[in-house]
Amino acid sequence: MLLIQCPYCGLRPELEFAYAGQAHVARPADPSTTSPEQWAEFLYLRNNTRGIHAERWRHVRGCARFFNALRDTTTDHFLATYRAGEPMPAIQAVQQP
Amino acid sequence: MSGRRIEHGGRVDRSRVIRFTFDGKTCSGFAGDTLASALLANGVRVFGRSFKYHRPRGVIAAGSEEPNALVTVIRDEARCAPNLRATQVELYDGLVARSQNRWPSLDFDVQAVNDLLSPLLPAAFYYKTFMWPRAAWHKLYEPLIRRAAGLGESPTLPDPDRYSQRFAHCDVLVVGAGPAGIAAALSASTSGARVMLCDEQPEFGGSLLDEPTATIDGKASGDWVRDSIATLRARANVTLLSRTTAFGYFPHNLLGLNERITEHLPAPSANMPRERLWQVRAARVVIATGSIERPLVFPGNDRPGVMLASAARTYLNRHGVAVGQNVVLVTGSDAAYSAALDLRVAGVRVALIADVRTDAAGAPLDTARQAGIEVVTGATVLGTRGRLGVREVTIGMLASGAVNDTRRVECDALLVSGGYTPSVHLFSQSRGKLEFNEARQAFLPSISAEPECSAGSCRGVDGYAEVLNDGARVGAESALAAGHSVAAQQYRVQSREFSMHGLPGVLPQANHLQPSRAFVDFQNDVTTKDLALAMSEGFESVEHIKRYTTTGMATDQGKTSNMNALAFVAGELGRAIPKVGLTTFRMPYTPITFGIFAGYDRGDLFDPVRPTPMHDWAVQQAAVFEDVGQWKRARYFPRPGEDMHAAVERECKAVRAGVGMFDASTLGKIEVVGPDAATFLSRMYVNGFATLAVGRSRYGILLRDDGFIYDDGVIARIAEDRFHVTTTTGGAARVFGMMEDYLQTEWPDVKCWLTSTTEQWCVIAVQGPRARDVLAPLVSDVDFSAAALPHLGVTQGRICGVPMRLFRMSFTGELGYEVNVPSDYGLAVWEAIHAAGQSHGITPYGTETMHVLRAEKGYIIVGQETDGTVTPDDAGLGWAIAKSKPDFVGKRSLARATMHAPDRKQLVGLLTADPRVVLDEGAQIVATRGQRAPMKMIGHVTSSYHSAVLGRSIALALVRGGRARIGETLYVPMPGGEIPVQVTATVFYDAEGARLHG
Amino acid sequence: MVDTAIRRTVGLPAAAWLEVVPSATRFILRGAAGARAAAGEGFGISFPETACRAATDGDRSALWLGPDEQLLLAPDGQVERIEASLAHALQGHAYSLVDVSHRQVGLSVHGPHAEPLLESQCPLPLNLRDFPVGMCTRTVFGKAEIVLWRPAEQLFRLEVWRSFSLYVVQLLHEVAREL
Repeated sequence: MLLIQCPYCGLRPELEFAYAGQAHVARPADPSTTSPEQWAEFLYLRNNTRGIHAERWRHVRGCARFFNALRDTTTDHFLATYRAGEPMPAIQAVQQP
Repeated sequence: MSGRRIEHGGRVDRSRVIRFTFDGKTCSGFAGDTLASALLANGVRVFGRSFKYHRPRGVIAAGSEEPNALVTVIRDEARCAPNLRATQVELYDGLVARSQNRWPSLDFDVQAVNDLLSPLLPAAFYYKTFMWPRAAWHKLYEPLIRRAAGLGESPTLPDPDRYSQRFAHCDVLVVGAGPAGIAAALSASTSGARVMLCDEQPEFGGSLLDEPTATIDGKASGDWVRDSIATLRARANVTLLSRTTAFGYFPHNLLGLNERITEHLPAPSANMPRERLWQVRAARVVIATGSIERPLVFPGNDRPGVMLASAARTYLNRHGVAVGQNVVLVTGSDAAYSAALDLRVAGVRVALIADVRTDAAGAPLDTARQAGIEVVTGATVLGTRGRLGVREVTIGMLASGAVNDTRRVECDALLVSGGYTPSVHLFSQSRGKLEFNEARQAFLPSISAEPECSAGSCRGVDGYAEVLNDGARVGAESALAAGHSVAAQQYRVQSREFSMHGLPGVLPQANHLQPSRAFVDFQNDVTTKDLALAMSEGFESVEHIKRYTTTGMATDQGKTSNMNALAFVAGELGRAIPKVGLTTFRMPYTPITFGIFAGYDRGDLFDPVRPTPMHDWAVQQAAVFEDVGQWKRARYFPRPGEDMHAAVERECKAVRAGVGMFDASTLGKIEVVGPDAATFLSRMYVNGFATLAVGRSRYGILLRDDGFIYDDGVIARIAEDRFHVTTTTGGAARVFGMMEDYLQTEWPDVKCWLTSTTEQWCVIAVQGPRARDVLAPLVSDVDFSAAALPHLGVTQGRICGVPMRLFRMSFTGELGYEVNVPSDYGLAVWEAIHAAGQSHGITPYGTETMHVLRAEKGYIIVGQETDGTVTPDDAGLGWAIAKSKPDFVGKRSLARATMHAPDRKQLVGLLTADPRVVLDEGAQIVATRGQRAPMKMIGHVTSSYHSAVLGRSIALALVRGGRARIGETLYVPMPGGEIPVQVTATVFYDAEGARLHG
Repeated sequence: MVDTAIRRTVGLPAAAWLEVVPSATRFILRGAAGARAAAGEGFGISFPETACRAATDGDRSALWLGPDEQLLLAPDGQVERIEASLAHALQGHAYSLVDVSHRQVGLSVHGPHAEPLLESQCPLPLNLRDFPVGMCTRTVFGKAEIVLWRPAEQLFRLEVWRSFSLYVVQLLHEVAREL
């Protein structure tokens, strides 16, 4: 059970969270103008990262907010968590020594 | 008889005699004995038969690493625990233990013939031999092998014991309460940090309990342990857990501990759990798990009476048991000399110490010789003799790499030591990196992956002073890292102790790999020959060799065998040990019960059971329930003598002809409130809501962005900025989550908010031509006449004097209402409606009748008619889509060409040629008769019932290009033959919908 | 034939250390920071802006559940009064106020065993340093979602959706057998 830093509530146990897929996949502002390829990419294509992955979590049994996280998929260590809408932190800036 | 209780000494309580039985024979021991120590004191040498060859085996260790002495402990028929290590079974009055894997008896085991056949039973024998014929595997070979090669048997009755689980948090968790662990806990806890200290043994102290010669700060080692534990126990910030194994190390410093609570008690309280799972989250972990002595690998090394030197010392100093009366010690380490010296002091004859090191010298040898013990160096063991226990050992003397002299020495116990292997299991489980230490010939913790630190001999520290000070330092540093400043204590130690360094691997033999077998893994019966065979067949990776030979894969996970196997493989391959690599350490450290993983999750507490406010009423009415997610819903209300078919037939007729009432409380409900609520709902649902008037509702379809139906429900406008949204019962949580997702992350500028009101409202559906007549006398403060509240109208008023939201809606096709009242009033209002409806013949109905009635009307159920690949048009609901909206969730996907392909599966009705035949839900549909498998399947049945009002069967189905096939005959192939069906429209009853407006 | 329906909460087994809190008025208030400030004046409590903290004044409390979500607690029978006073105070603000009085059941767990009892099945640390008096949060207890609030050192208030309340109470009783 991981410990996850909720940007609102602080460090909390994984049991309170739900995973919500890759982060920074924005829904097109006007889907009707997207090409089939663009729309398919938005719907279905996701990274399968080995290493640092930007992903969404929801503190569903806490403050109920969706937020973003950078997690190293090889170690399960979280490098940063940040609120939805905030830019992804520069990875070097948060990497552990 | 070889083992015996000595006159004095040990930590057992000689005033408390304890009686127990082993294989039906009554024996006695003392309080503080383990089953192993008591049996040794009773002269027992053979504890069990080995896994594969059924060789007689004795106990070789005194702790959890024991590979041989596995027993079954029986309390009653249901409480029958197999495969317990006798070295960990604490004696209690009346304990009943049985040896395993032998028939008819330990001393004479028929299947010991396997041992004679051993040339035919090499590694991977099963894979190679039982290949053909394939069918024989399940029927013949596997059952035979399982019977022949097995451990204990599990009880078949349900487990009557309680098991408990709990979370815990601390600043510093110390695993292992030997010298390092106690010192770490003492220093960490002086700071005020919350400290937990756990140890798998019943008594804290670890190796100090076996050590009579040491004094710590002037106190005898045992007294120091006692006083230190008393100090810890007196501190409010310390939790002490004995009989508690840290079995798993999980990410982010979560450790699983297995506490055995009642296993050692003769008559446990029914309130106490047998075991408890602790999930401990620690800011810092101190691993102080010590080290385990390695056996030596030589021919005949598995004979009963061959035992680790450290075990002999434990039995002597802790239990007052001498494991033999005439012992020989073969050692590759200095530390083992202590065992011989202690036994000598206790009056045991030590016939010989054979040191395998040619260059052995110094204090241990000098001390032994001064004690009158013969010591030879450069020795090896060529073999042992003795049918059910060692009688004689053949020692060979090495010179220039060859054995040039042999002598036979009589003995009744052969103590062995190859040095100590640090217990790095937990460190390795934490994903820490190990590094091979040449001087120690051991893998030691190197780079941490978690906030932990090893202390004491599990990280290669040798000597009590060094271990204690290491523990104190690591404890203090861990407390500091957790935010508590403290200085580490320094300990002064006086002791006679010798280095734990040793030599892994196989003792030299005259003929390389001579036929006589040397066991590496005792529990899985793996020998040097098996490892050599694997290598000769081309296996070089240690992970492959492990799996091919099963070395290290028994329930002891190779605690005593892994390093020896690794050293042997390295030697054969001519590579350095670190080049061969180490197999992965996996949890659990020792076997643990399934019970602690189940914990409280059994019976009523297996999963939350969600009752509605009317649940108890339905129980009183003898309702039959079904599970819908975690909810219990009344399925039907049988009267005496009725089966489900009869009850549902009656309930259906009542609704169509009179009036029925139905508990719809489980429907998900979401209150959507805010100035942008209509905008938001228009973006979420395929329907438009901007024009929905206050007091009106609309059937809504929710898609995902992939264009497929996700949920449906009714959306009512309560006020300009307030909507009452219903979802399916199962979809409540996920629809709420999906809406929150879009609101929070895609459209944060949209001003509306969601609140789940699923359980705020109790929902009573009153359906049927008499529905209004039933409700009229109960309702006040509102006009709900047909004119004032038409179909899909919504209003607020009071019923039985309490606030009500009244929906005119119907999932049955009849005149219908859904009465929403705050849940605490639900039961009272339900009872009032039931009473008021008596004169109208009101009939409570359940979910089964609800399903039939809606199917007669062709109303879909999400998850039954849909499966995540069905669009609104596929389901015949294209009319619901507001085409003028610029966007809604799923709209772009609906524009894809494939979403309009004429051969998509579309929802249709099916009528069987024989009206009595009710199709199976899920049955496949084909276009023509007489096809042979694999047939061309063009659809499947989604719903199928007997319709009471139509007096025949009906079905809904998804069929390729279904709407164009209306009128055609298709076929449903079933084991009894093909069933012809006619394709129809989806509405079977009241197609024009006149009854809704009654 | 209009009668008055009786309010019936679920019949839950109590104990010396466990009580079912009497019926109460409950609202979920959601909205932006400005609306919260205004609503506080209408409710008579300045709402906590700190995450996971509750504010209490007399018989009314406001619990922070999320950055835009507050649980308001008041004695039974004040639904209309609170709706009216908040509507007045919140004029001109966008917000959502929803009556959830009957959605959940309040449980009070008190006494020296309250903390270990709850901590056993709640994955949060509940010692006073990590879960001080005045802290509140949604979390889990066993397999149920709860709101957990610590009004006093040895007093916890649980707010549980009504259909989960029997499960939570049964689990509490089961754990308590070991204490």
